[in-house]
Amino acid sequence: MKRVKTALNDGHDLFNGGYSVREVPPRSGASPFSKAGWNKQAAQKAGFFLLFMCIFLTLLFLGSIVYFIFAGGGKVLTWGFLTQWPRNAMTEGGIFPALLGTFYLTLGAIIAALPLGLACAVYLCEYTPGNFALNAIRIGINNLAGVPSVVFGLFGLAVFVKFFGFGVSVLSGSLTLGILILPGIISASQEALIAVPNSLREASLALGATRWQTIKKIVLPQALPGILTGVILSVGRAAGETAPILFTAAAFYTRKYPDSPFSEVMALPYHIYALMTEGTHPRQQTAIAYGSALVLLILVLFISGAAVFIRQRQRSING
Amino acid sequence: MDNGIRMRAEGVNFYYGSRPALKDVSLDIHRSQVTSIIGPSGCGKSTFIRLLNRMNDLVPKSRLEGRILLDGEDIHAPETDVVEIRRRVGMVFQKPNPFPKSIYENIKYGLEINGLRDKSLIEQRVVESLKKAALWDEVKGRLYESALRLSGGQQQRLCIARCLAVEPEVILFDEPCASLDPISTSRIEELLMELKRDYTIVIVTHNMQQAARVSGNTAFFLLGEMVEFGRTQDIFTKPRDPRTEAYITGRFG
Repeated sequence: MKRVKTALNDGHDLFNGGYSVREVPPRSGASPFSKAGWNKQAAQKAGFFLLFMCIFLTLLFLGSIVYFIFAGGGKVLTWGFLTQWPRNAMTEGGIFPALLGTFYLTLGAIIAALPLGLACAVYLCEYTPGNFALNAIRIGINNLAGVPSVVFGLFGLAVFVKFFGFGVSVLSGSLTLGILILPGIISASQEALIAVPNSLREASLALGATRWQTIKKIVLPQALPGILTGVILSVGRAAGETAPILFTAAAFYTRKYPDSPFSEVMALPYHIYALMTEGTHPRQQTAIAYGSALVLLILVLFISGAAVFIRQRQRSING
Repeated sequence: MDNGIRMRAEGVNFYYGSRPALKDVSLDIHRSQVTSIIGPSGCGKSTFIRLLNRMNDLVPKSRLEGRILLDGEDIHAPETDVVEIRRRVGMVFQKPNPFPKSIYENIKYGLEINGLRDKSLIEQRVVESLKKAALWDEVKGRLYESALRLSGGQQQRLCIARCLAVEPEVILFDEPCASLDPISTSRIEELLMELKRDYTIVIVTHNMQQAARVSGNTAFFLLGEMVEFGRTQDIFTKPRDPRTEAYITGRFG
């Protein structure tokens, strides 16, 4: 093991902590490693195969859901289906009032939940130091996300419909859905706020900004795309939920458009449920139910797609 | 307080939770001079400089004993307005942290939050501070481009300009060149030499040559203690404490 002395290498090995190679004791005996052989490679192959199968299975389920709904509902999906009222005891016509009702309910839920949720998130992230009470609040909010949606429905019935006397109405349904999506909005907003680098907050405060100025002008604008993503996903959730509106807002059939927050409405998810469980013409109704399910599916996929798009764009701007 | 003293630390102890980060630090910061703080990583120098504009208020469960005076007034006193302290004592951070806005808006922000509304006055201040920070010639044609497109050294000079715009009296530099290349570093140093005529400057640095080049006074910190404080020339040529000597001759740190 002789080393050539050069200007760069005067007998010392820079990569060996300055020790000369000559000082390293020679290795003796066989290598302690087992031969890299068949076992290692086979284990890797088997592992990748398993992972691939998991993905494949997941995609298979997704694909079959989409396939069956398309197969069942594709036939009835026309422009008229989206824009007409139901006719002949729900056996013909379209789903326009249900679409409209879902739109109102979702809009109302966002109007109710966004300001409240955002304010909670800002307070939890920006104002309070970490202490016991705060952690308790955090755990409480996370648990709220795990409450079954039918429980929210019952809560809405007891509080908004009965106690406040809003009746079965857009208002009651929106508020109930609002509470349902509140934890999602809070945690999405919190994540977006936490993702804003602290160095920006410090920069702002060091210039003599108050905390509120910093939040309003620096932190919130930076967090906005993330918050928006959370809101859009919540829209998808609110649009698709059935149980919370079951007792609070939805009607099987209404004769007129909802004209005030206190009107009952038809709504897509409930419409599907009702078509499959009530009425006198199951066969014709099933086709319309599949059509409605297809519309709902496309709606929710479209909304989630928008969220993904916004997130990607934000990443490419920040990256 | 005259005799040229702008800020003074008196018996400062600082704790993160129960862990002491600074032990009985007393030190005077002179007007229109650069005071540099040197020492190995984790010696408390950044903690100390962040006390001078109360940035450590943001650290939960931290505790301060002792006093820090700005023009003779205790900046941690209950009646002191922390926002006003931070305007008077500006700060430039280790990593350039421009806002993800245009160059122009980066500087405008500080002016607006401090209540300046007049558009032509804002414009004038933006240009002035960019000139003072020696950045004007490089950015005058693209004031409305994103500040994030600037190089690291330019970003740091933008942060300095942003800080200058709100007319601080003291400017704290927390290792301002730590993430910059040698050319950008020398530009920042030239700038420091310019600025020290009008501002009181405190700089934390790992780079001892930098401390020796730019500062009038130097403090050496070790393990949360201030080991030695004096004229930079003395610290580097005839240090009184053997630990100071060991550090500046490169035996540790």
